[in-house]
Amino acid sequence: MSLDATWVVDWMRESARVLAENRAELGALDREIGDGDHGENMDRGFAAVLAGLETISADASPGGVLQKVAMTLISTIGGAAGPLYGTGLLKASDAAGTETQLDGASIVALLRAVRDGIVLRGKAEVGEKTMVDAWTPAVDAASAAESAGESPGGILRAAAEAASAGAEATEPLIARKGRASYLGERAIGHRDPGAQSTALLLQAAADAARNA
Amino acid sequence: MKKLINDARAVVDETLGGLAAAHSDILSVSFEPRYVARRGAPIAGKVALVSGGGSGHEPLHVGFVGRGMLDAAVPGAIFASPTPDLVFAATRAVDGGAGVLYLVKNYTGDVLNFETAADFAAGAGIRVESVLINDDVAVEDSSFTAGRRGIAGAVLVEKIAGAAAERGDDLDSVAAIARRVNASMRSMGVGLRAGVVPYSGEPSFTLDDEHIEFGIGIHGEPGRAVIPLEPADAIVDRLVTAITGDLPFVAGDRVLLLVNGLGGTPLSELYIVFRRAAQSLVERGLAVTRSLVGSFATSLEMQGVSITLLRLDDELLELWDAPVHTAALRWGC
Repeated sequence: MSLDATWVVDWMRESARVLAENRAELGALDREIGDGDHGENMDRGFAAVLAGLETISADASPGGVLQKVAMTLISTIGGAAGPLYGTGLLKASDAAGTETQLDGASIVALLRAVRDGIVLRGKAEVGEKTMVDAWTPAVDAASAAESAGESPGGILRAAAEAASAGAEATEPLIARKGRASYLGERAIGHRDPGAQSTALLLQAAADAARNA
Repeated sequence: MKKLINDARAVVDETLGGLAAAHSDILSVSFEPRYVARRGAPIAGKVALVSGGGSGHEPLHVGFVGRGMLDAAVPGAIFASPTPDLVFAATRAVDGGAGVLYLVKNYTGDVLNFETAADFAAGAGIRVESVLINDDVAVEDSSFTAGRRGIAGAVLVEKIAGAAAERGDDLDSVAAIARRVNASMRSMGVGLRAGVVPYSGEPSFTLDDEHIEFGIGIHGEPGRAVIPLEPADAIVDRLVTAITGDLPFVAGDRVLLLVNGLGGTPLSELYIVFRRAAQSLVERGLAVTRSLVGSFATSLEMQGVSITLLRLDDELLELWDAPVHTAALRWGC
């Protein structure tokens, strides 16, 4: 079983929907330990992605769609999240290459490329209260699911569950990166907004593959 | 809050429209993509300097575009970094073949957006070096935080590195000068009353009439502590002590003293601050060799001031004195 460019398009449509729906929640998380614009920025970025999907060619590859999405996010999200998600998805586009069908191993490689791109750009490690705390458990869970012979849909559901748990697990952490790092212990008890948006994006990826 | 604006969403574009109209001999403004470029750019064979960051800090950075300083400035929305595509567009517009130097204040958003732009530039065959500006001693520098913030010291880096580029230094040399300036300076500010972001209409922090934020950031970020308001001299002494204790400066050093208004403090008060800061430096055996007083790196209409001290050597002094012709700084030409 494999996923194609339609899945990527559906993933992005679903992402735009859930980010619009969670705009206020992400904004509230970011106001507690950041500058409060993460919900608005993500919603604006994915609304632009949604508009761009209208003009995507019917024979685009998954990698081609991801590249266009990445460039749109880089130019519209702003803040730290724009370069982070944008770079991650650009690397995912590279990883997907010209493949038209993504099997389980390709899906794991794609998620790993997103994570590695984000780490390359932001230089955060696990435990520093950033989106990496959602991405790394997601990649690990995806890899384990693939080894266990799960379908692409099963792999993405495992990744989404791990990302959600990872986002929740940022709550007791002290931030070491970004604006929240200046708060020291005052950041304890607050969920990282970037980890939360990552959980939403990966849930959207799984939902877009619900029949796979 | 009363403001002289038309439409909160048009504040940045209308600011740039006015800048272009007032200073068409110095610079030109591109609105789509949005950046400000030096008149006559690109200059063949000259290293190009590009800076930028959130708007609301004017004249930083757009007011420092021109001969002897920046080749381009990329303004984002109020207090929000410009995106990489805009930085890249500015980079392409001013690259004269000798490479481009990014001068970036150390905020995570700015750093990541400029780094991504540098990747784009590398992909287009343009050589880019980046220098981070992190002069604010209010935030402890440690591996456990995003590091010190860049504040008014950016003006000094832009002026001196700009002069180095103007005299024909290559990219590595201009970057080295910029890093040397950054390493040789320290700053700290104090906030009395917040600025108001136009589209939110809310002050970026709140303080009662009896307290001040010691170590304020230029977006209204908290500093070291909220302390009771004191006479100007006592506040200045606290700032100077924090700054001189950090480098450390030693007796006999020649220094440049910048007293920078944060947007809502009158020049008279800046001179009151300068008066005491200069006295205090003399008492420490430092020679205030150059001075700059005014509002250069602001936070909308924030009431407050920052002090920056730069240790000078012969070369930095010569580069500081070199001609500059921008909207906000002009001498020697």
